[in-house]
Amino acid sequence: MPKYLLLKHYTGGPERHPDFVPISEWTADEITAHMAFQRHVGELLRERGEFVDVQALSPERTYVRYGGPGMAPVTTDGPFPETKELAAGWFIIDVESEARAYEVAAYLSSAPGKDGQPIHEWIEVRPVMGGAPAAAE
Amino acid sequence: MNEDVVRVLAPQVLGILVRRGNDFAAAEDAVQDALLEAHRSWGDAPPDDPKGWLLTVAGRKLIDSRRSAAARRRREDALSHEPEPGTAEQADDTLLLLFLCCHPALSPASAIALTLRAVGGLTTREIAEAFLVPEATMGQRISRARRMVSGQPFAQPSDVAVVLRVLYLIFNEGYSGRVDLSAEAIRLTRQLALACDEPEVAGLLALMLLHDARRAARTDEHGTLIPLDKQDRTRWNEAEIAEGVRILQAALARDQRGEYQIQAAIAALHDDARTSGETDWPQILAWYNELLELTGNPVAALSRTIAVGEVDGPLAGLSALDELAPRLGNHHRLDAVRARLHERAGHLDIAAEHYTRAAAQARNTAERDYLTKQAARLRHRSP
Repeated sequence: MPKYLLLKHYTGGPERHPDFVPISEWTADEITAHMAFQRHVGELLRERGEFVDVQALSPERTYVRYGGPGMAPVTTDGPFPETKELAAGWFIIDVESEARAYEVAAYLSSAPGKDGQPIHEWIEVRPVMGGAPAAAE
Repeated sequence: MNEDVVRVLAPQVLGILVRRGNDFAAAEDAVQDALLEAHRSWGDAPPDDPKGWLLTVAGRKLIDSRRSAAARRRREDALSHEPEPGTAEQADDTLLLLFLCCHPALSPASAIALTLRAVGGLTTREIAEAFLVPEATMGQRISRARRMVSGQPFAQPSDVAVVLRVLYLIFNEGYSGRVDLSAEAIRLTRQLALACDEPEVAGLLALMLLHDARRAARTDEHGTLIPLDKQDRTRWNEAEIAEGVRILQAALARDQRGEYQIQAAIAALHDDARTSGETDWPQILAWYNELLELTGNPVAALSRTIAVGEVDGPLAGLSALDELAPRLGNHHRLDAVRARLHERAGHLDIAAEHYTRAAAQARNTAERDYLTKQAARLRHRSP
């Protein structure tokens, strides 16, 4: 059973769907409905035995790198020259096939947004590497 | 309580209960209850007949659950006092359980989980760890699968092909996790072979043994794959090879070829060569041709091009690959095979490029690391 990371983005990805309305323009009820849908997807995956992990990420981010021997880490939190992609969170699923992973991703992208309409958000689907098969020549 | 003993006995007890006509899910619950009670009451002193004990207690649990459901209780009372079955019956029970757990109505992943639990006797936690998913997820997968087979009619004997595929998938999950699934698959296939006298069952068992024999030589200390031609053959398990070859020869003698026997024959020819230079490639190519005739499997056709490259030269292999490529779409191994054939042909820069592309498409880290290093080796060769 292959595992897939379904990555949700705040920004970035291919061109947005024409109906896309950013979350900043939603009402409180619309946001509640959207979050409830995320939980519903999680429950559905658990019930089907496909759930591995779900996490939401804070939009706050810092870049950190090695500063050299005996030096403190070098950090920066921007500003960045271009609009960078920002991951909002992820699901990790363990499913029968790539087709099933796409099905889950598409469903996740149908989450309700403005006026309860599907947000058509792009979900980035990444295969997770597994172990080597025992029979290989 | 001796966990190993219990692990072997639990599926046997389950098999007896299911054969007696009990519902699969109810019987499994009863066996789990009996195991819990054994855990509580055996301590360091298991009873003289632990299997009989488990059977009696599980039978009683089943009856209890029926009683509380207030139905069919008289008939069941007599059942828990039946004599223990002999070995032949035990084998039949294993077969019955395998057919149930590998029911064609189940997805492969569900069948794998249920088989490991109900026939392999592994705990849900062990299976979850082996597949790196949360225990709750695996529990859910197993209980869904159980519900599904509980209402199903028994699978037909022709479905042995489904059982074999499930066992082969378990074998291929390997031994990287905390549970050695390859060893588990071999154990289950041995049980199946005792119960089911079919050449393809023997073929699969031989195939597993012949591959498992190379286990110690297959990866280096960093976990990177070592290809067959670079493996230290003194580290191959000779006993496993001998057993695999013996089982395979007996199966082939019955002249009912199937894909597992043919794949085992190919593995045996590799195992048979003391150095990679001594590999009997013409013979391997002949087996690949037969495999293709039988299955038409494009992945087998891809492996065949390597054999073509060894027999008729790398350019012949490459043209066989070009012919095949449209059928394979963007199969992830296409570049790896192309790289290998180009390297054989001395096109080292092209080979490096294909190794790099192949690494980007690898489905596991061991393969990716190997392919990345192949590309690096060619790029940094001395002029």
